[in-house]
Amino acid sequence: MQRQFNPYTENGGTILAIAGADFAVIAGDTRQTEGFNIQTRYAPKVFRLTDKAVLAVNGFAADGNMFVKKVKQRLEWYRHAHAKDMPLRAIARLIQTMLYAQRFFPYYVYNILGGIEDDGSGAVYSFDPVGSYERETCRAAGAAQQLVQPFLDNQIYFKNQVPPPGVAGGHPTHLPLDRVLSIVTDSFTSATERHIEVGDGLELYVVLAKGRSPQGLEGLRAAHVREVTGHTDGERVFVINQELKKD
Amino acid sequence: MLRTRIAFLSRVTALVRKFSNTGYDSELRNAHDELEEDGCSGAMWGSSAGFGNLCKGLPRFNLPTVPDPAAFLRLHTDDRADPSCRIKIQHGTTTLAFRFRGGVIVAVDSRATAGSYIASGTVRKVIEINKFLLGTMAGGAADCQYWETYLGMQCRLYELRNRERISVAAASKYLANLVYSYKGMGLSMGTMICGWDKTGPAVYYVDNDGTRLKGDLFSVGSGSTFAYGVLDQGYHWDLTDSEAQELGRRSIYAAGHRDAFSGNTINLYHIKEDGWKFIGNYDVTKMHYDGPGDIPGATGGGYGYDVRTSSSTVVVP
Repeated sequence: MQRQFNPYTENGGTILAIAGADFAVIAGDTRQTEGFNIQTRYAPKVFRLTDKAVLAVNGFAADGNMFVKKVKQRLEWYRHAHAKDMPLRAIARLIQTMLYAQRFFPYYVYNILGGIEDDGSGAVYSFDPVGSYERETCRAAGAAQQLVQPFLDNQIYFKNQVPPPGVAGGHPTHLPLDRVLSIVTDSFTSATERHIEVGDGLELYVVLAKGRSPQGLEGLRAAHVREVTGHTDGERVFVINQELKKD
Repeated sequence: MLRTRIAFLSRVTALVRKFSNTGYDSELRNAHDELEEDGCSGAMWGSSAGFGNLCKGLPRFNLPTVPDPAAFLRLHTDDRADPSCRIKIQHGTTTLAFRFRGGVIVAVDSRATAGSYIASGTVRKVIEINKFLLGTMAGGAADCQYWETYLGMQCRLYELRNRERISVAAASKYLANLVYSYKGMGLSMGTMICGWDKTGPAVYYVDNDGTRLKGDLFSVGSGSTFAYGVLDQGYHWDLTDSEAQELGRRSIYAAGHRDAFSGNTINLYHIKEDGWKFIGNYDVTKMHYDGPGDIPGATGGGYGYDVRTSSSTVVVP
């Protein structure tokens, strides 16, 4: 057996994003593990990039943090050059090219980008480690992807569900914010129950389209909700921190 | 700097340089990497945040500083050889394209698998290069997406320089030459470049070995054998438009039904003289039981279920 260059490790955790008609929710747990050891109970995996874009990274934490740092740098350069924030679809393409630049020495990172598109709609983009991407309505990635994604397919896309008789139009294409928030919370509490690498805390970002009322957020206790919007009269960004089981 | 002069030649040199790790070349390379890091690798085309075009020439890629970068990549990303490898690159699967009197039909499935997990059932495996050119995706999803987008840029530049659209032959050859220059480094793509040019409808098969074939009919991916089975028995040059569309749909359905790595939905495109048109997205399971519904070319009923249940002979599930 020959010794080989192995610069990667897996730090567990799970991330998830769901797009609504005029909002997006991007969430991740805050546990960081290596093997069976819990390295920390609070290591953020979800980052605000701009007022309308939030990026969640999962996989190898060191690669993830470095990648987020470089994306933020590129976005700052863009801001200095153009005096505005980069549109979401452009950030998605930027992330593709940045990931693909490492095609032969990949970042071991699964990215999910969520936010508000220029037309005001909520959007989620998901990436593989070398940059193939797709716009979706919802996506889970990371350690508990196999547990969470089927639940989302059922609850968000209504897969394998038959619409109740007499309901006009069948299943809705987008769900209201309070419903999405409860689905996200349930996803993480359930994943925590069944996956050893998921738990400790849930950090949840909500991006609201310009002019949208924060309706749907008031159900949560005010102490847990923090607004982190950069500029007023644009999109608004909120962070919600909740506890997950710590065993 | 070297690579600003003759783009192609210098990139080959750059590759050779990347592989060597002794001598002044490696010194130079280290200094070079220090300066550029990957903050401005040429792989990041497009706006350099308004700071002028910092990235010149063809894309350049960061390589691990090991004697054999390709082996390094294989070690960590080849999930077929080692299912426990860390980085599971998404793989695409059944695609087909054929040429006939009425143009080109392009049909693909939409499943992406990472190992045995279905990573996505909504992948768009037809890449819209421009109004007249389509590329298909099999193999590494990122390789196909990235290089065919890049091909789209080069085709646009060709148009601006030559005041006419690029031929399918030239576009496909551009891609073939490009992937050939990365041969052995671990790219994975099997693609069909389809379009309509001065010569009429055209289909070229291009893959990561640098193979480039002109032909009437191709199918690529793990489900290709099943698709070929249906395609070959139904194909002839004089198909009507609706017959051809139905054949494409039916062939991908067959692959989705028999190949575990293919399925979910079918995306169907038709290229004619005035460019491509998206015909529709069809659920494979729905095709099995109900068929595509009342649309031109469809014979009515499901592709699989009725055949198996209405017959008086033995039922094979």
